[in-house]
Formats: sequence, structure tokens, C-alpha cells
Amino acid sequence: MDILQQILFAGILGSSVWLFSKNIRAIIRNIRLGRDYTASGSQEQRWRNVMLLAFGQKKMFTKPLVALMHFIIYAGFLIINLEVLEILTDGLAGTHRVLAAPLGHLYPFLINAFEVLAFLVIVVCIVFLIRRNGLPIARFQKNELNGWPRSDANIILVIEIILMSLFLFLNASDVSLQEKGVLPYSEHLTGRFLISSYLMPLIHSWSVGSLMILERTAWWLHIVGILAFLNYLPYSKHLHILFAFPNAYFTPQEPAGKMTNMPEIQREVLYAMEPDKIPSDSITPPKRFGAKDVMDLSWKNLMDAYSCTECGRCSEVCPANSTGKLLSPRKIMMDTRDRLDEVGRLIDKTGQWEEDGRSLLHDYIRPEEIRACTTCNACVEACPVSINPLDIILQLRRYQAMEESQVPPEWTSLFSTTETSMAPWKFPPSERENWRFQPSS
Amino acid sequence: MNHTHSFHVPTLAELSAEGKVPEVLFWVGCAGSFDQRAQKVTRAFAGILSHLGIQFAILGNEEACTGDPVRRAGNEFLFQMMAYQNIQLLNQYQVRKIVTTCPHCFNTLKNEYPELGGHYEVIHHASYLQGLIDEGKIKLTDDSSFKGKKITYHDSCYLGRANKIYEAPRKVLEALDVELVEMKRCRSNGLCCGAGGAQMFKEEEKGNKRINQERTEEALATGARLVAVACPFCNTMMTDGVKSKGADEDVQVLDIAELVALSLADQKTS
Repeated sequence: MDILQQILFAGILGSSVWLFSKNIRAIIRNIRLGRDYTASGSQEQRWRNVMLLAFGQKKMFTKPLVALMHFIIYAGFLIINLEVLEILTDGLAGTHRVLAAPLGHLYPFLINAFEVLAFLVIVVCIVFLIRRNGLPIARFQKNELNGWPRSDANIILVIEIILMSLFLFLNASDVSLQEKGVLPYSEHLTGRFLISSYLMPLIHSWSVGSLMILERTAWWLHIVGILAFLNYLPYSKHLHILFAFPNAYFTPQEPAGKMTNMPEIQREVLYAMEPDKIPSDSITPPKRFGAKDVMDLSWKNLMDAYSCTECGRCSEVCPANSTGKLLSPRKIMMDTRDRLDEVGRLIDKTGQWEEDGRSLLHDYIRPEEIRACTTCNACVEACPVSINPLDIILQLRRYQAMEESQVPPEWTSLFSTTETSMAPWKFPPSERENWRFQPSS
Repeated sequence: MNHTHSFHVPTLAELSAEGKVPEVLFWVGCAGSFDQRAQKVTRAFAGILSHLGIQFAILGNEEACTGDPVRRAGNEFLFQMMAYQNIQLLNQYQVRKIVTTCPHCFNTLKNEYPELGGHYEVIHHASYLQGLIDEGKIKLTDDSSFKGKKITYHDSCYLGRANKIYEAPRKVLEALDVELVEMKRCRSNGLCCGAGGAQMFKEEEKGNKRINQERTEEALATGARLVAVACPFCNTMMTDGVKSKGADEDVQVLDIAELVALSLADQKTS
């Protein structure tokens, strides 16, 4: 390989890594716009979550066949990355299959394993494309996926098919050149590989020059494709391959039924009841009660939004969504990310956050959506990457109730009845014991 | 069979005036106090406790809503007010152990009151009944009318997913020797009845179906003649659902406390 290729490669690699880290830093900055949040539970419990839910994909296995296919893509992604290490070294150092000699017999074994995985990934991606676009699976056909989200999903699958195919063609042309005794390919003979050997007859009659062009093209497209894919992630639902891990780690380890407390209101009530407890130094009240916009949510809520891969398992099990109500927990997460990205772009432009007259509630999520929630936790239970749409819904409800006073009229009565009768129904406390004397049947 | 049966359940106020401390506080809940259907469950559960000679008390007119529905409707101020008053009261009586027939009260008392200063051992009646059966304290009759009957159990979200209590109510039903059949969606996958999150107190949002009807269809599809529940709101929703399907002649909706009360050996409580 000549020095020009090495320089070009170093340039592409460097700018890809730079661009990716720039975009990830912007995402982390966006997540940090959220309110404080401290994850409950022990370190041990949280690492267990990372192992079981993120690495082990435990919740995926409620749909075993899909989980198996998803696991193949995931394992393919992780394991084939070992091969990328060799490709990066070759590209920078101008070597050819630098690991072949040191690894000896292990090398063909590894490449064979990668090839089998690559082949399986191609098969699964094709199955997933058919499932997503051709089969009547309700969660893939909801309106909230129209436009970019649906294209995004298909782009990811097509890119993966292309990358895996390039890897196989790279090996096929390389081994063909080895067999023809062309240097530097024949410096180390690897022998034929399991899958790419079936592609070799296709290029059997090609000239050495054509084979070299094919090998170089496949090599370059493969690695440039991987780097391009890396930079596609920050714009894509596919970001879950990174955020699933911290998201599992920071998931609260407490009963799902527990609502997040609002210490600022707890304090206000305490001071109203026991004025002697008011501290002498005044505390500044929070800007807002509940959440109107993304900055009012916790940073975990915002990380949830970037972890969402829009699979729709949450909406599939949502009692409101499955009976035709407007609420879709998946849309809550997609809206949160879209709004947060919008806020991020505004900050990029002006250097700081200025009110833009828009907000998550109303401009993205309508009150009718959050009002349909039964707080049943089915969405939380269903999410394979530990996202909690319910927590966001309840914070938006708090804003509606406490800041806007916009709740359904029956809830206004619920509030006043609870305040006056100490019960959600209009019965005086004196009748609380009446059940003891009712006739039983 | 329409006779008046009154319980002599002391209130904590009465007991503490006598300097007595009960074994457990029975938190009746608003539904259990005021809803006519839920009152029957309250009577059934109180009947079991009396039958077993368990020293228990209620708060009576001092009990107030835990604040679960208003909190979930977004009114945190009102929730904190309710919680403050209840915790003051419970701490003043030095309450240690609470049993309740409502999963919503259970969840709030158990999970949400501790960080506000209310620390109690809180038990839902499903777990409490299971404990009593396991300890051999509840003796069930051999010729219960439920024996061998096809029964399905509807998971309450606030017992199930919210607190991971799936087995206790099922163990109670198994002790009754019924034929337990599961719905398509059960345990952690159970479908909500539609009442949680303060939906009980408002009209359902616009959609193409009521949630309780969807759930009732699943319950009826099992062929069970009895739907067992462990929550007053689920009870209302499932009862309404069965009625709207015109199946109320054939299919009963009963709380597990009622099933146990009706199956006690040496029955005194029906």
C-alpha cells in the first residue's frame, strides 16, 4: 500500500472520530439541560441491570424469535468490530492482514466466525426489512413512524446488509489474489473462508487488476461505510446501541409504582403546617412545578429519549393506545427527543438557550395524550432498554394541574372533593365507618 | 338472606383511650368505605380477621384519602397535604403495621410515604391472606362452592407491575382448590382495567373501545365463570365490563377476600 492511501485513511479516520465526538458531546450537553437526578439503588444492582438488560437483552426475550434475530445482529456488530481493529491498523500502518501471522491458526478460525456472523446478519436484516415493511405488525404501522422514523429504520438495515456484503467480497477477492500469488496478498496465505469461498467462483475469471480494484474498493467502502455509520448514529434511532448501557445503569431500583417526589412542594406544605420550621435563609422556589418543556424533565428522562429505538413495544402493550386513544408512549419519547434536538440546534446557533415560544407540551404532546394514561406501568415494563415514558407523562400532568389549571372538569371536582371530604367521593368523614352496619347479602 | 350483621371493629382512637395497641391497622380506603360494592369486600375481610381473632383496628372517621388519585392527576400540593395529615396521624398513634384491601392505598403507603416521614410495614390483603393460609390460621372448608370452579384472576397494576406481587393472590386461589385459568395477558403482561392514574374519576378519553371491555373480553375468553380481583377499582371496572357484555347472569366478579370469607371452615361471616 502506498503512503498516499495511508495519509488519506488517517485523514478520514481522524475527521470521522472528531465529528462523532463533537455530535456526542452536543447530545451529552443536551441531556445535561435536564434537572438533577440521582439514581436510587446500589452500584451492584445497577451493574446487574447493565449485564442483564443491556448486554443480555433480557427483556427482548419476551419475544424469543425476534430476540434471537436481534441478538445475531448485536453479536455480529460487537464481534465483527474485532476485525475492524485489524482493518484500522492495516489502514494506518499500510500493512496487509497484520494479525494473520501473529495469530497463526486462530486467524482463519476468527475470520470464519466473522464470516458466518456476517452472513447471519445479512439474513436477519432481510427478514427485518420484510417484517417492517411487508408484514401486518401493528407497532410498525403506527402514524408516528411516518416519514423520517420509517426511513431511518430501513436505512439502518440496508447499510448493515451493504457493510456485511462488502466484508464478504473483501475476503473473496483477497483470497483469490492470494491464490494467484499476487503480492502483498500472498505474503501470508490464509486459505479459503467459509462463506466468501462461495463468492469466489463469481470472480474466478477476473484479471489480477480487476481483482485488486475489487479488493481495494471493498476494503475502502467497508471501512468508510463503518465510519459513516458511526456518524449516522447521532441522528438516528440506532443510537440505542450506545445509550442502552448507561440507561440501564441509571435506572432507578425501586418499585415501579412509586412516583417521583417533589421535595419543593413537600417543604411548602410543611412550612404551611409548621411555620416554625421555615428556615431563616429563604430558598428560591423552582422555576416551574411539573414539566412544560424538556429542560423541566430530569436528565434521565432526556437520556431515555436518546436511548429509544422506536420499537414500539411500549405502545403495543399500552391499554390506552390499544383501545384507540391518542396516547402512544413511543410518541412521548420521540417527541421528547425531537424537541430536545430542536433546543440543541437553537443553542448551537446562538451559544445559549433563549425562549423560542415553543414547548414539549402543546407543540409536540397534546393534553389529550397524557390524559389517557392509566399509569399502569405496562410501557415501563415492556421497554427493553429501561425507558420510563410514564415518568414524563406524570410530570407533564403536574404542570397542567399546578401551573395551567388545565385538567378535565371531573378532576377539578376530584381535587375539591378530596380537599373538603378527604375522599375522592362526596361523603363526609363521619360516614367512613358505615360499612360496618350495612346489610350484607 | 338479608340480615344485618355489624362488626365491632374498634377505632385506633378508642383503643388508645384504653391504652391498647392492635396487632394491625386495617386501612379501609375510600372505596372500601364508601363504594357499596367495595364495602362488601371490606366486610368480608374484616369478617375474616374477626373470625381468626386477630386484634385489629381502623382509623374510622380519622382516615383520609392517601392522595393516590390526586397525585396521579398532577396535583402534588394536594397529595402532599393528604400525606402530611395521614402521616401525622399514623405516627401519633405509633402505627407499625398496616393491612389494606386497596392496591393504590398499599402502593402509596408503602412506597411514597417513607420519604415523607411515614415508615410502616404495609401489607396488601392478598399477601396477608396468603400468609394466614400458609401459617395454617385460615382453615378452609372442604366443600366450598368454588371447589373445582373455573376461575380467572385479573392482575391489578398497582399490585403487579407496580409492586411485583403476582403470586400471593394466585396462591390464595389455589388454596381454595379452584381451577385457575390465566388470561392471554397476565402477571407482568397483564392488561390494566382502565381505572388507574385517576381515570376512575373521569370519562375515558376518546378512542374506539373502553379498556374495561377489552379486558373483560379476555376474561370471558377463558371460559371462567368467576373473575377474581384484588382491587376495588378493578372490581368496579370488571363488574361493569361483564354487565356491558350481558354476561352478569353467568359470570361473577369477586374479590379474593370474598372468596376466602365464603370458604372458611366453620363459617361465621357470610
